[in-house]
Amino acid sequence: MNARSGPFAGIADALAQVGACGLFGLQVLAALPASLRHWRESVRQIWFTGAMSLVIIMTCGLFVGMVLGLQLYYVLSIFGGTAALGTVVSLSLYRELGPVVTALLFAGRAGTSITAEIGLMRATDQLDAMEMMAVDPIAYVAAPRFLAGIIAMPLLACVFNALGIFGAHLVGVSWLGLDNGTFWSNMTSSVDVWKDVVNGVWKSVAFGAVVALIAVFQGYTTAPTSEGVAHATTRTVVFSSIVVLAIDFVMTAFLM
Amino acid sequence: MAQRRSYQIGSGLFILLGFAALAYLATQTTSIANFSQGPSYRLKASFGNVGQLKLRAPVKIAGVRIGSVESIEVDPVKLDAKVKLSIDKRYSEIPDDSSAAIFTSGLLGDQYVGIQPGGSPEMFKDGDEFLLTQSSMQLEDLIGKFLVNGSPASKADAKDKADDTDGHPASPGSPKS
Amino acid sequence: MRVRGLRTVLGRKTIFDGVDVDIPRGKVTAIMGPSGCGKTTMLRHITGQRMPDAGRIEIDGANVPTLSRQALFDLREKIGYLFQNSALLTDYDVFENVAFPLRQHLRLPEDVLRNIVLTKLEAVGLRGAAALMPAELSGGMARRVALARAIIRDPMLILYDEPFVGLDPIALNQVLRMIRTLNDTLGVTSVLVAHEFSAVARVADLVYLLAGGKVVAQGTPEALRKDPSPWTRQFFGGEADGPVPFQYPARDYATDLGFSEAAR
Repeated sequence: MNARSGPFAGIADALAQVGACGLFGLQVLAALPASLRHWRESVRQIWFTGAMSLVIIMTCGLFVGMVLGLQLYYVLSIFGGTAALGTVVSLSLYRELGPVVTALLFAGRAGTSITAEIGLMRATDQLDAMEMMAVDPIAYVAAPRFLAGIIAMPLLACVFNALGIFGAHLVGVSWLGLDNGTFWSNMTSSVDVWKDVVNGVWKSVAFGAVVALIAVFQGYTTAPTSEGVAHATTRTVVFSSIVVLAIDFVMTAFLM
Repeated sequence: MAQRRSYQIGSGLFILLGFAALAYLATQTTSIANFSQGPSYRLKASFGNVGQLKLRAPVKIAGVRIGSVESIEVDPVKLDAKVKLSIDKRYSEIPDDSSAAIFTSGLLGDQYVGIQPGGSPEMFKDGDEFLLTQSSMQLEDLIGKFLVNGSPASKADAKDKADDTDGHPASPGSPKS
Repeated sequence: MRVRGLRTVLGRKTIFDGVDVDIPRGKVTAIMGPSGCGKTTMLRHITGQRMPDAGRIEIDGANVPTLSRQALFDLREKIGYLFQNSALLTDYDVFENVAFPLRQHLRLPEDVLRNIVLTKLEAVGLRGAAALMPAELSGGMARRVALARAIIRDPMLILYDEPFVGLDPIALNQVLRMIRTLNDTLGVTSVLVAHEFSAVARVADLVYLLAGGKVVAQGTPEALRKDPSPWTRQFFGGEADGPVPFQYPARDYATDLGFSEAAR
């Protein structure tokens, strides 16, 4: 770090971070073929990042769906359009809330633990030890977690969406007395597999890649102290939230 | 070793669950859904105008859903809309002089096919066609009529009428031109 | 192995300024010096984890700084490295930690692998601890596990980074004995970095003393013990002040406190 100060130092630092993260991403991509040899490690990471996030994703999905059900029922009833509840809930989940909220939760749950784990490996020389044993830590540590993020995120988003629709159904049909058939028929007639469901999946693939990359990068470049690990964990959440929302805007503009 | 294996099984289960959720979303909540509805039979109806009626829109008797719209096509000869309805087998006792009409649920809601039961002792059979149908009530037409016919003095009166026809779609209005 | 004209600048601090070190094959060579003089950095240069700003590091005739990444990895497969804090992989138990280099580089049948790992664990006296996790080990045990891992591929060169730090006298003697035994039985070349002269004197054949970016003394432990140079005297005598100053370089004390004429 140079000792410059002033308003531009912060911007320069941020730019340097973005650039370093991008270069690191290229390194990870280059190491992906090599990391396929460690496929067991990727499977283990899918367990840690994906399956371990299931509980929070499912709970939050259910509540988000229930809240959407209540709020939208109220808004739609003003226009006498409560029949559209299923449509509106499923479209907002597939297109936006599912991928975005899942990505934010994933950053908080899995991203932080990836950063902390790799940060601790850095602090206790485990990454250096791998290099010394002629094992490329990018292929063995970084790439499997990156891959796991890309695989786990869309699956988590789908689970989130399914629970969200279940929650909205619970509120709309079971509590507020909307007709079950109307709920589903409106949904099925206006939701398109490719434009809504699959585009949402693409979004969450991109989010998975970005969150996992940021988490791995922050862990990999941690200052090897306990303070450094704490800072890196915070940065993972902050940066991935910002980047996910920014990418969401760009992808929405291009995909929809 | 055993530990590593349990991770693999756990991850496998997780991936399976994720894909199950995706398959559920893609097939049960989108336009792919409703291919199979359980046993059903088909009825036909011709309309002068189907308005915003969509595929898989509900078919209702007395407000209760009994089936869905299976297809909407233009009759090449008569140039009206031929709508095929798929009705649940459980509701096979529909008199064959019943009429079908296209209604709107609420002011801005989706459109559906409502069946007004008749009094005939004969029931519809698979493939039968409704003799009496009533087209969709077009909001634009109503507004158009109102703009052409309505004089400033009768404005409030006409508006009330328009609201009435839209507000109570269950009561069949006068046949449309 | 030879090091010639090594020069390294870290930030604004010059770590090495023309260091020459010869490490004879099959001997135990110790690199000593006060904290912060770059002993660990020297090891990182040898393994190619850090590149020097100038100079040559030759291992079996190959100059490390010019090697490609692949050649470096091939070289490292022949080097065992014992980390200061052991650096065991926290995710794996002791057995898998020791087996890690084998699993990564060789496709061995499970029973052969098992025998090799248990042999090495036996050599460090921890065969019974194979199922423990690193978190359950004491510092001395962790270091012995790390040593077993370092020798699993029968390296030609073993680098010990501060192997004596934080060990009780029993564990210290165990580690000392293992270093000596490994060297005598396997015929490997050992380089160890440390600052405990009494421990080093019992195991090393040759000692280099680094200070201020240069080699200030070299020779057998006995020769160094009698060496009259102030560097050697201070380091091995443990005097607080001397050529290695107690004070970190600073401005004039009086000026800093505001007592000098200029400050008034």
